[in-house]
Amino acid sequence: MKGNEALAEAAIRAGCRHFFGYPITPQTEVSAYMSKKMPKIGGTFLQAESELAAINMVLGAASAGVRAMTSSSSPGISLKSEGISYIAGSDLPCLILNVMRGGPGLGGIQPSQADYWQATHAMGHGDLHVLAFAPSTVQEMVDTVMTAFDLADKYRMPAMILADGLLGQMMEPVSFPEVEPHPIEKPWAACGHGGKRPHNIINSLYLQPEELEQKVRERFERYELVKANEAREEEYLTDDAEIVVVAYGATARIAKSAINAARAEGIKAGLIRPITVWPFPQKGIEKACQNPSVQKFLAVEMSMGQMVDDVRLVVNGRKPVDFYGRTGGIIPSPAEILAKIKSMGGAQ
Amino acid sequence: MTKNILFAGFGGQGILFSGKIAAYSGLLEGKEVSWLPSYGPEMRGGTANCSVVISDEQVASPLVLNPDILMVMNVQSFDKFIDSVVPGGVVLVDSTLVSKKTTRTDISVYEVPATKLAADNGLEGLANMILMGKMLETTSFVSYDIMKKALEKTIPPKKAHLLDGNLKAIDMGMKYEG
Repeated sequence: MKGNEALAEAAIRAGCRHFFGYPITPQTEVSAYMSKKMPKIGGTFLQAESELAAINMVLGAASAGVRAMTSSSSPGISLKSEGISYIAGSDLPCLILNVMRGGPGLGGIQPSQADYWQATHAMGHGDLHVLAFAPSTVQEMVDTVMTAFDLADKYRMPAMILADGLLGQMMEPVSFPEVEPHPIEKPWAACGHGGKRPHNIINSLYLQPEELEQKVRERFERYELVKANEAREEEYLTDDAEIVVVAYGATARIAKSAINAARAEGIKAGLIRPITVWPFPQKGIEKACQNPSVQKFLAVEMSMGQMVDDVRLVVNGRKPVDFYGRTGGIIPSPAEILAKIKSMGGAQ
Repeated sequence: MTKNILFAGFGGQGILFSGKIAAYSGLLEGKEVSWLPSYGPEMRGGTANCSVVISDEQVASPLVLNPDILMVMNVQSFDKFIDSVVPGGVVLVDSTLVSKKTTRTDISVYEVPATKLAADNGLEGLANMILMGKMLETTSFVSYDIMKKALEKTIPPKKAHLLDGNLKAIDMGMKYEG
């Protein structure tokens, strides 16, 4: 199945019955799939008049306590960022898919990872975070959806799946796990009080600074829990590695090719692959910093170097951190990454 | 073992479909597979291509830059990809549409006038499958029976009448002696 279609099917299986979108390459298959499926299962598919409208429809649906979702690609996500900030400020859960393409501006339509800073550091105005997942295979896209919805519900915050044109467009075999969705009680939802309880009010406006500070502080206490409990990563051949590559999403699988090629030439390379990019996983890098065999880190991205900042923050000057990236829609080849690994002195 | 296959031609020649059949065949053989299309402006009449990887291990990079097998159905793609084929690789060319030759001697190039064969035999639009037949015969990247099964599963029931034509085209490609 195509990555985009697999993700849409997974969302339906995770209990999402409300999808609001606006077409943009390379994620349009998500909308197309939802438009076919939702009417057949009693769900709502709505192609909004704009990205802004779509994200605000998500805000409305999420306020009523249902699992709501939207999807877009880079320029469209920028348009949605206002709504995402409102959703975060209203403590609402939802799922947003960003199938990243080259930028800035309209940029291009080929795969990119240049929205990392946006997703992890500035997904809207104000003090806020969104849960950001970075799957690297179509199967992982599928498996991530349920987790993303569950954690969004649990922590009452937006979750984002940060994919890219490569993952969205490629086809791989997938299997859908037979897991029933388990949405939690949402006593805060504005879904009709029936005269039996006080009104629930969904709001992000607090004119009293003391009150707003209190709200934000409460939210950041939740963020601390997320950081402590929800960071996910995968390690590959890091135990005896001299060069540790850090890469996420589609780039990680290309880096894996390069690492296998390097190993075949006797160069000890390994990979740390962040599966969540916010919270950014620290354990693997921390372990590598303390591992005497590790000489250097190399961040590889489809951007001019964004995640590398987070790698440097964790490494904190203890070991050198180098960077290799392609941008604008160019996908780095395993050979290029291998050449970079060799140039870092990995040749034995 | 990993086989990297690249299909390239114009939009409308069945490039993406050929790739799908190849990937699905690999899947039915129990291999790990990936299929990655070019998308965007190419879909609107320009050059279209797709990468297929069939492997015993998890597919690391789905993007095929240096194919073991290249199927090429227009001149632009021939020019673009012929030098990227790995030494020892196999190239299937629709020689009705591509009259160019390569000077490379380290690859096997099979020229099949697939578009003409298709037109002469009432198999319009199936030049891609004629080339697939030749690919099967020269590389045995999957078995014939598996590919037949892949076709049966991929062609939707509404279009079941197209199955025979596809199989005929594959047979023709397999039997073609250049």
